[in-house]
Amino acid sequence: MNVPAAIAIGCSAGGVDGLMTLLGGLDNGLQQAIVVCCHRSDTMDILSDVLGRAATLPVRDAVEREPVRKGVVYLAPAGYHLLVEREMQFALSADARVNYARPSIDVLFYSAAEAWRQGLVGVILTGANADGAAGLRRIRQLGGVAVVQSPADAEAPAMPQAALDAAGADYCLPLSDIAPLLNRLCLA
Amino acid sequence: MDAAELERIEMDLFVQALQKRHGYDFSQYAPASLKRRTHLLANQLDCKTLTALTNRMLHEPELLPRVLEGLTVPMSDMFRDPVMFRALREQVFPLLASYPHINIWQAGCAHGQEVYSLAILLEEAGLYERTQIFATDLSDRSLQRASEGIYPAQEAQQWSRNYQAAGGKRSLADYCSAGYKLLKLNQRLRKNVTFAVHNLATDGVFCEAHLILCRNVLIYFSNSLQNRALSLFRDSLVRAGFLCLGVRENMDRSPVAQAFVPFIEPERIYRLASHLDDLVE
Repeated sequence: MNVPAAIAIGCSAGGVDGLMTLLGGLDNGLQQAIVVCCHRSDTMDILSDVLGRAATLPVRDAVEREPVRKGVVYLAPAGYHLLVEREMQFALSADARVNYARPSIDVLFYSAAEAWRQGLVGVILTGANADGAAGLRRIRQLGGVAVVQSPADAEAPAMPQAALDAAGADYCLPLSDIAPLLNRLCLA
Repeated sequence: MDAAELERIEMDLFVQALQKRHGYDFSQYAPASLKRRTHLLANQLDCKTLTALTNRMLHEPELLPRVLEGLTVPMSDMFRDPVMFRALREQVFPLLASYPHINIWQAGCAHGQEVYSLAILLEEAGLYERTQIFATDLSDRSLQRASEGIYPAQEAQQWSRNYQAAGGKRSLADYCSAGYKLLKLNQRLRKNVTFAVHNLATDGVFCEAHLILCRNVLIYFSNSLQNRALSLFRDSLVRAGFLCLGVRENMDRSPVAQAFVPFIEPERIYRLASHLDDLVE
């Protein structure tokens, strides 16, 4: 397999601890762009600060029209869907919620799958609804790699289970093994 | 060729066909969101492929209003981003109050939630009677809905919280009637509102505005179309007039953005730079 160009991660609001573990375990020399959709309320503005304290790479809310840079963790901002254009710029959308969520993981994954194709690794962590399942299927359909936290290991198993049911996975692992796997895939 | 490549061709053909058949040019919309909306529209109209949607759009002209609404309508809430509305009320309205007559342009008003939010704030500030609001959208259907002012009541609690957070002086219930799971805004709020068709991609200046609100509309535009819309706003504003964008919008890629200076930066409220300021620089 070729070295991936990007990693897309999805989890629901309860997944912040899991994200901290994952982002804290990534090699700080990664040359991939990392885009994250974590469900949050419209007013939850401090997520980038919270995750930034745990992560090895810089973390920031994605800004519309800005180019996607490698070695940076970008978050979908509160109250907006995040999309990646094929020209590798971010776009935001204030469209209706998808799977009760805005930002929605499916929206991010669909656009990221088309932007990066086989160069994308999609990751689904703990979560309480089925958002992200269709997006992960799309990532695999277009040649990307799917990683799912094992439902037995997840605080809320519904989201990883739905992802497995809809998309299957190339890797299904407990949370603690996911950062080492991503390092291995990305530094290869 | 994979599914995504094929869809890309279908998407290009759809945009071209819409332009040739009906004259609406969406080629300068940001592609990822436009594609999402087009897919949603295809689903709603039971079209299995984008080509099937193109086919119906070409041969069933009566579908055009639905197509336009589907491609353009952003979700909105009343008093979305209450902090911005509070800033309008507390810091912009006192300056507008010095004009004997106030023109406000709400560009891309969609279903009108923000038009009514604005009207309520103006009424509470005692400015409504001397204000004219131009609420424009390219979609006839959206304008129709906006002028009706009827929304699902399930939104009411959130809107009421937003209204309070925006510094509302009364209760949102004072401005609407509810029943049958619907909520209808008082029609007196649209007494000074003119709903009109206007396309930011192709139409020109039509009024002299003291305040322009265009929130979460330009986020769907390419850089060049964003720049076109901003130049339209520049040319429509009175000297030192105000422009409100969505709180996550970014004008850094637009040359015309230089014409605006931040007034309340985090809320994306700007003021047209005056020529005098240019000289001082």
